[in-house]
Amino acid sequence: MAATGADGLLRLEGLAKRYPTGDEALRGVDLAVPAGQVMALIGPSGAGKSTLIRCVNRLVEPTRGRVFLGGEEVTGLGAAALRRARRRMGMIFQEFALVERLTVMENVLSGRLGYVGFWASWLRRFPPGDVEAAFRLLERVGLVEFVDKRADELSGGQRQRVGIARALVQEPQILLIDEPTASLDPKTSRQIMRLICELCEERRLAAIINIHDVGLAQMFAQRVVGLRQGQLVYDGPPAGLTPEVLTTIYGEEDWAQTIRQDDDEGPVRPRAAAEERMAGLR
Amino acid sequence: MSVTAGAGRRWSPPPFIPNPWLRHGLTVGAAVYMALALGSLEVNWTRVVEGLGRGWQFVLAFAPPDFVSRRAEIVEGLAESLVMTVTSTVIGIAISIPVGLGAARNLAPPAVYLLCRGIVAVARTLQEVIVAILFVAMVGFGPLAGMLTLSFATIGFLSKLLAEDIEDTDPGQLEAIRATGASWLQLLDYGVQPQVMPRLIGLSLYRFDINFRESAVIGIVGAGGIGATLNTAFDRYEYDTAAAILLSIIVIVMAAEYLSGIIRRRVQ
Repeated sequence: MAATGADGLLRLEGLAKRYPTGDEALRGVDLAVPAGQVMALIGPSGAGKSTLIRCVNRLVEPTRGRVFLGGEEVTGLGAAALRRARRRMGMIFQEFALVERLTVMENVLSGRLGYVGFWASWLRRFPPGDVEAAFRLLERVGLVEFVDKRADELSGGQRQRVGIARALVQEPQILLIDEPTASLDPKTSRQIMRLICELCEERRLAAIINIHDVGLAQMFAQRVVGLRQGQLVYDGPPAGLTPEVLTTIYGEEDWAQTIRQDDDEGPVRPRAAAEERMAGLR
Repeated sequence: MSVTAGAGRRWSPPPFIPNPWLRHGLTVGAAVYMALALGSLEVNWTRVVEGLGRGWQFVLAFAPPDFVSRRAEIVEGLAESLVMTVTSTVIGIAISIPVGLGAARNLAPPAVYLLCRGIVAVARTLQEVIVAILFVAMVGFGPLAGMLTLSFATIGFLSKLLAEDIEDTDPGQLEAIRATGASWLQLLDYGVQPQVMPRLIGLSLYRFDINFRESAVIGIVGAGGIGATLNTAFDRYEYDTAAAILLSIIVIVMAAEYLSGIIRRRVQ
């Protein structure tokens, strides 16, 4: 079931995390993500989705197992080498995690911190190429007129766009995305997911997207991985998410309304209605 | 407790201390102690009546305040106090920032954390007057002892509150900065500083007020400044001059308070 053996861009081998409290968040996960693949990671709350992506860039230190990014083993890197490795992994957060009192531009440029020295960053003297890249990304996400606004003046959708620009200005190879739409309304959620997927395609970026909304996952991801109690229980195409599979991942429930019918293109009414209801319930 | 049938169910909030013996015992114990303690204070009412008159005489001796006859001393004392206040506040802040960073559990490794918490604890336990006496013994009478005392007290105050503010920062913002590959110093600059700066400025201004007031107190034990002038005035029974000094202190403290209020509103 798991796609081991194939050496993807990102490879996890037997990844496990046990928190000091005794919680076994991950129990030996093997996973490979090839370059350019947008993968949705679904599973119930507490299944270990957030822990998994945080173990990849070691914001959370895994207890066992190994992480490889482009052939380099991330686990076991020293502090300086880990910082260099983190530059290649952009992260996008549920609550946006912008530094609220900094301007939009400062937030985007903070994505370059791994590349510039302390004094340059302290004086806000980023190399001209970085500033130009930041402007281009802000244009791409439609926020260029907000450069000097403080991040806390923006709406949710705008903040997430800044978060996306911050992740992309790192010039990463992979995006680690933690519930990008959970703080957004259904319409903005779709727009943000569409933007993320377009940008991944434009830049041939791989992405792991933790997401609660099964409908959105099916709509946008090329591959869906299901996590339950720290273990992979599904790995396959979005179309393979049958009621039986969802029951394996989440437990018993009536899944008929959740699953995306495959008649496709345009918002088919029953599906849209079901999703709106799901979104409302979150 | 006569609950008639169908009257609905009764509910009262759970008590703060579940054990009723402990709960009522503590209440009774506190009341008994309070009564005994008040009883042990021997109040001599004839002495109080006599003393009221004397107290009033004392207050009258302050009026009218005399700003003129000791003008030079007052101005010099105030200037000295201001110098002490400014220098000690600046030095205190400069030392408090690294100590405060070290005393923040979410940033510092355990060894550094314990060391810095230790510094904070020592600086907070020793009262200003005691520290002032110590420094007077070490460096002699005058404003240098006062400046050292106030710097020391500022460290205890500011680094503790700064550390607590750093511990209250939004971890998501710090996580996001760390995820970019930022170094520790860059994390401070981009993640921590924007979150704590307004409060740090507010606390520093507040400490400026406190340092000025304290400079009057520690002057009495020989640490220079307006306190020394005030002490001299009392020693000479020049209560009108003392009144002038007290009024000057009040005016300056209120002006500082007003200014810091404006600045604090600005930086939020």
